[in-house]
Amino acid sequence: MAILVYAEHDNASLKKATLNTIAAAKQIGDDIHVLVAGSGAQAVADEAAKAEGVTKVLLADNAVYEHQLAGNVALLVADVAGDYSHILAAATTTGKNFMPRVAALLDVSMLSEISGVVDAQTFERPIYAGNATATVKTSEDKVVLTVRTTAFDPVASEGGSATVETIDNVQETGKASFVNEEMAKSDRPELTSAGIVVSGGRALANGENFTKYIEPLADKLGAAVGASRAAVDAGYVPNDMQVGQTGKIVAPQLYIAAGISGAIQHLAGMKDSKVIVAINNDPEAPIASVADYFLEADLFEALPELTSKV
Amino acid sequence: MKALVAVKRVIDYNVKVRVKADNSGVDLSNTKMSINPFDEIAVEEAVRLKEAGVIDEIIVASIGPKESQEQIRAALALGADRGILVVSDEKPYPLQVAKILKNIAETESTDIILLGKQAIDDDNNQTGQMLAALMGIGQGTFASEVKVEGDKVNVTREIDGGLQTVALDLPAVITTDLRLNEPRYAKLPNIMKAKKKPLDEKTPADFGVDMASKQEIIKVVPPAERKAGITVGSVDELVDKLRNEAKVI
Repeated sequence: MAILVYAEHDNASLKKATLNTIAAAKQIGDDIHVLVAGSGAQAVADEAAKAEGVTKVLLADNAVYEHQLAGNVALLVADVAGDYSHILAAATTTGKNFMPRVAALLDVSMLSEISGVVDAQTFERPIYAGNATATVKTSEDKVVLTVRTTAFDPVASEGGSATVETIDNVQETGKASFVNEEMAKSDRPELTSAGIVVSGGRALANGENFTKYIEPLADKLGAAVGASRAAVDAGYVPNDMQVGQTGKIVAPQLYIAAGISGAIQHLAGMKDSKVIVAINNDPEAPIASVADYFLEADLFEALPELTSKV
Repeated sequence: MKALVAVKRVIDYNVKVRVKADNSGVDLSNTKMSINPFDEIAVEEAVRLKEAGVIDEIIVASIGPKESQEQIRAALALGADRGILVVSDEKPYPLQVAKILKNIAETESTDIILLGKQAIDDDNNQTGQMLAALMGIGQGTFASEVKVEGDKVNVTREIDGGLQTVALDLPAVITTDLRLNEPRYAKLPNIMKAKKKPLDEKTPADFGVDMASKQEIIKVVPPAERKAGITVGSVDELVDKLRNEAKVI
């Protein structure tokens, strides 16, 4: 049977997380269909059809799917699920929101945030904030999964030539409605897909210092800006910048942690980064135990110097 | 209105986790256990709704080993009214827990059902969503603000890239994110009073739920160790290493 991948998008373009999810699906089987649920999302479907390895795209285009409310999307996915052995979505806030609903509607258990595929029924996933990795075997007929995107290299966005099939499936629970959305504005690369991330912690002392010390370095490197929970809770930066177990999971080529002590909950969000640099005035800080390069220095001196020299 | 809050007994978040030598799981013997931090936030929100006059009664439910009554008592000390402990020696998986909670929520006709967004042991982030699906009601996951208005509740949710507000018909399921509130500490007199509050003990069989899951944990291993790093003496050395050794800039 074929595998269904739920497309992550904003009604205008396909998010890269979908390409990572398709990569995970390819390790399970070959016949991969992508479901695009949205409103005015034809361009997204066309984009998904070009992704490597995709054999068919299903487009459910209706106003009820515009904000991808969990209830409506889950009914849709459960309704088309009959044809599929596996159903995958990226472990983003969208995927985490509706996929457990799909599993419950199908009366099957679910595996969250898989980080590895052993075989079609067996998967690896981090537990205890990434302090252990469990190998889990499922004997469900339908395998419902969310995928930790940073654990799978994305498939190519070009080269595929899948057909796009429109389905006029309209599902609405009538129990929930969209009120509004407030998106944080940023011209920098998206945190979860950036090649380089520069993060600041409590030691930055205020929001102005993020602008003055962290952002210039990030801009010079073409990096995304992240933060520790302490910096978010103190109100220095908005919470969608938080890296950690309760924020975003990142795995860039280079992660620069400035003024971050390295609590377990923060490490869970970044310790799979390829190269980790820590700048801290405390050599005993836990971040030193995962850093490839540790610079013991005052960040208010080290960051401007680093910015001028890279 | 009545609220149901689900709490889970988990390893304390400050404890450094050790994987057992035979790779069968994580060593929980003699480790400090607590209420899952997200569930504590759920209890706090229910108590605040009660203090605001929105909620009249708070029921706390936990599904797990007998010792989970400690966590229910802790929630009662924070302001919940009574507890339901569903004793299960089998590992509770989200689908089975959701089925039991559905039973409780429907029997007790609760209007607001609060859960943490995820338990910090299994990191699943599934139970609340599954419960909402089984009950066929709305859900507000990753809540950072909850406002009850008449027979609806407005939930502001933390999503990738910002915040989203949804309006839900009651009854509804809400799962808490970290920034929803800051849980209070239990005061000693309240801890004493909590010992006298009612706590019903049940079994999964009372709800007709079989705890067996079609998932089996084959093994648990520690994460791959990172190779030891080096300390650099200056920014120049750091830039040189990043350029020529790690080749990442």
